[in-house]
Amino acid sequence: MSLLRAEGLTRRFGGLVAVDDASLEVSEGGLIGLIGPNGAGKTTLFSLVSGFLAPSAGRVTFAGEDVTAEAPHRRAARGMARTFQIVQPFAGLTVRENVAVGAYLRHPGRAEAVRAAEAVAREVGLGPMLDAQASALTVAGRKRLELARALATAPRLLLLDEVLAGLNPSEVRDIIPVIRAIRERGVAILMIEHVMQAVMNLCDHVHVLAGGRMIASGPPRAVTADPRVVEAYLGHGAAARIAAGGAHA
Amino acid sequence: MNPREVWPGLALLAVVAAMPLVASNAVLNFLLSSLVVALAAQGWNILGGYAGQLSFGHAAFFGTGAYATAILQTRYGVNAWAGLAAGIALGALVGWAIGLLAFRARLRGSYFALVTLAFAEVLRILANAADVTGGAAGLLVRLAPGAGNLQFASRAGFLWLLTGAVAAVLLLTAWIAHRRLGARLVAVRENEDAARALGVDVLRVKLSAIALSGAITAAAGCLYVQNFLYLDATIAYGTWISVEVLIACVLGGAGTVLGPVVGALALHGVGELAKIALGHVAGPVPGVDLVVFGALLILAVAFLPRGVMGGLRRALRGAGR
Repeated sequence: MSLLRAEGLTRRFGGLVAVDDASLEVSEGGLIGLIGPNGAGKTTLFSLVSGFLAPSAGRVTFAGEDVTAEAPHRRAARGMARTFQIVQPFAGLTVRENVAVGAYLRHPGRAEAVRAAEAVAREVGLGPMLDAQASALTVAGRKRLELARALATAPRLLLLDEVLAGLNPSEVRDIIPVIRAIRERGVAILMIEHVMQAVMNLCDHVHVLAGGRMIASGPPRAVTADPRVVEAYLGHGAAARIAAGGAHA
Repeated sequence: MNPREVWPGLALLAVVAAMPLVASNAVLNFLLSSLVVALAAQGWNILGGYAGQLSFGHAAFFGTGAYATAILQTRYGVNAWAGLAAGIALGALVGWAIGLLAFRARLRGSYFALVTLAFAEVLRILANAADVTGGAAGLLVRLAPGAGNLQFASRAGFLWLLTGAVAAVLLLTAWIAHRRLGARLVAVRENEDAARALGVDVLRVKLSAIALSGAITAAAGCLYVQNFLYLDATIAYGTWISVEVLIACVLGGAGTVLGPVVGALALHGVGELAKIALGHVAGPVPGVDLVVFGALLILAVAFLPRGVMGGLRRALRGAGR
């Protein structure tokens, strides 16, 4: 059964159509990738799905209910959590306090919320940093913090906006098992990602957005071989040149 | 509740409460006016310090509480304690209403500050023109000493009442700070979008903060009028109280449990000392305390970005190493 369904989502900013009639679906427990060149509208699509932007047209259903007009905090309460591409820590608070804000959504009492927050922080590898100020974390640490806070809300669906961007290869290698473990707990994931190694490794299914439109979708290997996708990334005619012989590409 | 935040505050207030045993009337007068500002500043601290919504118009709440108490007593013969309760409730209501208008319109930062200032000024002008408030002539509350009338023949009685009120709000603040509401207030202050993504109803949190803040500052207004038994629009809704509570919090440490109390005492203490010192040299100089307030604000912003409490915490941490 599909957990999240976005149908015909469109968002215009004045004359610019950032997202144009885009649809996608995430099944219960699925791990879906959303890729596309810079400026394709991926983050805008995320904002439409999570409620931070209202769509100009289209609708979003979550677990069978129409949530198109719902505020972000209500969607979070339903079990939809997002991270931000540009990390948004509560800079003046410790890691524990940051994650606890998420945990309070399911645990009204302080003791349980803090306990849940600590457990989640350990799960994403922030255990030793619990008392550190969020502003003192490295980029990789802040990305983990984004992940931990979102996870602390006990989501059914996690929307990850480039959690691997800005990390070095060994940090990427460290965090991939964390994402896989989250998925194995039954949390569905929709991830925007540029790090293809991760997309190929993790995702069952990939959607490709370019110029605001969905141009392809399918299993990762099929999608990356799709000439339309290659052209979207590398320019018109690139697929033909690659096919003609690697020497000129 | 974090005992390290509460005990020093209660100890400080115990010292204040013991002052009638040793101090002169001049010192007690100083403490009374400092404690009124401290209580009002504790209200500001919930909204401005914890929730990060900087108000420049807390006079709106102070004056509403003061007028509610005074008018109910003088015009309707209501008991002063009931007047206090009504003043607190009305302060919360006015806070909620201003919050609803300002926060629904997504006003933040200096825009929110200006709107609160505008509300306070409008209320001041209305209070100055209306009949029920006694207009420009003001209101006199009939002198009737007795605990049942919320009046005290000696300064000590009133000092103890105010100390008790400040202590109660201190405990309330510490309690809230360590609960879900406190975490959400701070989350809203630090990053609204992140809070929203984590399921925090930002509008509701802000409305809780401004209603609570208004109630506490209104209580200070009620107690002010019971102490001085006179009120006019400039006292009730004048910018002086908006400015003093703001400086007290910034100086003492906004968003800390004890900050507003320390800030109010320090602010008034230095102001009084300046008056006395300059009085000896040059005779009375009206308004010198305002000059001192300004100088203290500049110093606090420049050298103590988290106020006296933040500075102390840093010093203690440094010493612990």
